[in-house]
Amino acid sequence: MPVLTPADAADAQQMIASAAAERQPLEIRAGGSKQALGRSERPEDVLDVSRLTGVIDYEPSELILTAHAATPMAEIQALLDGHGQMLSFEPPDWRALLGASPKGQGTLGGVIACNLAGPRRVRAGAPRDYLLGFAAINGRAEPWKAGGKVVKNVTGYDLCKLQAGAFGTLSLLTELTLKVMPKPETACTLLLTGLDEAAAIDALTTALNTPHEVSAAAHLPPSIAARSAVLPSAGITGAATAIRLEGPLRSVTFRLQALEALFEAQAPSARLGASDTQAFWAEVGAVAPLLGPARAVWRLCPPPADAPALVADLKMQALGAEVFYDWGGGLVWAALDGDPVDAGASAVRQAIARFGGHATLIAAPADVRATTPVFDPLPAPLKALHARIKSGFDPLGLFNPGRMHQGL
Amino acid sequence: MFAPNRGAIGAKPAERTLMLKMPPPDVGVLARRTEIVAALRKIVPGEGVIDSEVERRAYDCDGLTAYRQLPLVVVAPQTTAQVVAVMRYCSSQGIKVVPRGAGTSLSGGALPLEDGVLLSMSRFNRILEIDIANRCAVVQPGVTNLGVTHAVQDQGFYYAPDPSSQIACSIGGNVAENSGGVHCLKYGLTTNNVLGVEIVTLDGEVMRLGGKHFDAGGYDLLGVIVGSEGMLGVVTEVTVRLLPKPPGARALMIGFSSVEGAGDCVAAVIAAGIIPGGMEMMDRLAVEAAEAFIHADYPLDCAALLIVELDGCETEVDHLVEAVEAIAAVHGATSCRSSQSEEERLLFWAGRKAAFSSVGRISPDYLCMDGTIPRKRIGEVLRRVQQMEAEHGLRCANVFHAGDGNLHPLILYDANIPGQFEQAEAFGADILRLCVEVGGVLTGEHGVGVEKRDLMGTMFSDIDLEQQQRLKCAFDPDSLLNPGKVFPQLCRCAELGRVHVRGGQVRFPDLPRF
Repeated sequence: MPVLTPADAADAQQMIASAAAERQPLEIRAGGSKQALGRSERPEDVLDVSRLTGVIDYEPSELILTAHAATPMAEIQALLDGHGQMLSFEPPDWRALLGASPKGQGTLGGVIACNLAGPRRVRAGAPRDYLLGFAAINGRAEPWKAGGKVVKNVTGYDLCKLQAGAFGTLSLLTELTLKVMPKPETACTLLLTGLDEAAAIDALTTALNTPHEVSAAAHLPPSIAARSAVLPSAGITGAATAIRLEGPLRSVTFRLQALEALFEAQAPSARLGASDTQAFWAEVGAVAPLLGPARAVWRLCPPPADAPALVADLKMQALGAEVFYDWGGGLVWAALDGDPVDAGASAVRQAIARFGGHATLIAAPADVRATTPVFDPLPAPLKALHARIKSGFDPLGLFNPGRMHQGL
Repeated sequence: MFAPNRGAIGAKPAERTLMLKMPPPDVGVLARRTEIVAALRKIVPGEGVIDSEVERRAYDCDGLTAYRQLPLVVVAPQTTAQVVAVMRYCSSQGIKVVPRGAGTSLSGGALPLEDGVLLSMSRFNRILEIDIANRCAVVQPGVTNLGVTHAVQDQGFYYAPDPSSQIACSIGGNVAENSGGVHCLKYGLTTNNVLGVEIVTLDGEVMRLGGKHFDAGGYDLLGVIVGSEGMLGVVTEVTVRLLPKPPGARALMIGFSSVEGAGDCVAAVIAAGIIPGGMEMMDRLAVEAAEAFIHADYPLDCAALLIVELDGCETEVDHLVEAVEAIAAVHGATSCRSSQSEEERLLFWAGRKAAFSSVGRISPDYLCMDGTIPRKRIGEVLRRVQQMEAEHGLRCANVFHAGDGNLHPLILYDANIPGQFEQAEAFGADILRLCVEVGGVLTGEHGVGVEKRDLMGTMFSDIDLEQQQRLKCAFDPDSLLNPGKVFPQLCRCAELGRVHVRGGQVRFPDLPRF
């Protein structure tokens, strides 16, 4: 398996030009932490861009960061942290979930290309909401750019949205500009204990619908909560419904007390302080520590308030589903052990179709991801449109063919 | 703003129309006008087809009133099925379609074409569903921006993007233009506050992108539709995100003896980790005009005035007001007042919100520009704009969404003086080129439309623009939907689709530009 390792964007352009001349598709790779994400179809040749690293420009007071695409997330987060800033979308660490080596490094380009957001998604949005501009190389080996290096810009089509979540199938991203945000002064978590799933999502909805600026909202049923590295040692047993508040200390204290008063009659409550809050939401974002071993892990995005009904449906299908909820119900993580043939795809997709939303098979053995659609199959007109868009960027099908959809 | 100074320019529309090069009209289509009107009447009965010249005249421009063009015919469907039928008819007959919301675009996004059907979405004016549990509302595109907030405010919610035309502008138009407002540094633009759309493509396909859920499978076409200036599809339904209304807000009004001082203060507020709900700057001329009109008690002895709004719970707001006051003091503020009541907060804002119309009072006409710059360059940019005032012989008032670097220079001119409009346009183009030169962009929230179309080359290479056009080709291979907007040359989809790999030379050097 030939591995091409360009030293810079110009080098990458040359290699893409050669690949185009030979009609030789490329798997785009950098840190290797998300190699098991998406369909398992992979071209023979690898374009390993992990040398395209380094922060190009960081202006804290402009809320702007520009970096080469393969800059490790760890480097970016350390830099931002040093200036009291952060990536608002709280990129999760899925290395364990995807069975990647802990040495595999998540990169900025990978997070953007897969549009991966953590618990703060419910309030602050996803990478697609923070990508301001980029430089890339298309499938004609042409360097191109879109967006800008300012936080507000509507000049031309918003191709940042298209690149975020395209899983590297449209262009090779070489340089990215993101909007960064100040880190909150402090954070705490209100835990309501012992609620069943329907009551828990009701409580999260209530909390999110207050003006108290809830920045994360998750529910862990008892078996999931028991696996937490934070909750049992903080003396929490049984189901845990978690609500995060962030901001200046005085404000957080005020809002915490307001929410405690609001839920006083409904459930016993407890608090997590700042450091437990950080550890707890990191494991919610990382998913793997909380789910038991399973053949397939699904990520379901229903309308948030419908999540408990969706899960009840799934459980009726006797798939041995173990679930927990993030984003106030807008994200359901489901570990399935039943139906070895399609990893539960048909049952999962039937269930979500009743409510609206979508389902993605995140973790499953490669043979399953080769035969089961990882992303929801697209209706015919939309599929045709996807194919036309793909061919506008990558007419020869060089970049990550089949990674999202067969033939795309 | 919506058509603030329509009268002055309306006096001589014909000359203006000629100055802007649009795609040459299809004489075949012009000749078939009667037949086309009849066909549209079969699709949309009754008053939905507007044929008389007098009535069509009401649609001859949008908020960019300097450019006018009578549309071939106006059709105002009421159902998605009618939109589908109109689009199928037009695409099958090779007829251009220009979608229009409330017609408040400041960049000419809804400027009609002589040979184009103007598709008015104004009768799509119903709120279909309010879903508080999922914090969203499903609305038709003709609902006004403020109409959404009005429908949900009793339940403690609002729709965050608040362009200054919000009383009139439609959600469909907001989607097309990716509209902003004074609160978007903290709460985002339209694109961050829309969860789903239903669109009809030119070939009459109905597609639902997104919904009440987060993200979506496949490419983020929802994100691409938002801000596509009505060139990819016609939006027939929008699901917007609702936010709980902040419990309180206070505003600070801070005067500075220099624009640089005000700019430094803005940077320091953000560097201190504070993201205000709104942070606006006005220069001396804008302050004077606003004060003369609104009497908001603005300090007239300052070179720049900042209005900073902090929102949230009372504890947080009071804490942040103190913090911003302290920052202002160390950055040389000459005056600083914080609102002590809701009435006072609204008064602080009244002058800013009326800035455009105030400027309209001191000048027969003005052009409103819309570039974004890195905030740290504000002092330098305004100094150079001052120099340009002398060069072009015209005055310029500046209002500035300082939090996100979005500059709105208002160029004062008199359309009745021959040559002044052209001079004002040249001045505006110089300002936008300057925005790009200092690392900024041509438009922060008003869109490219026809206004900045011919400046796209200052920001993007031919390859960049071709890549954008290839997206257009995927939706509209015959370039029938709102052609002549955004791009300085028409899409040639067949040529753009050809595959050959190259090293970066200009592909179509002899292709005619508008």
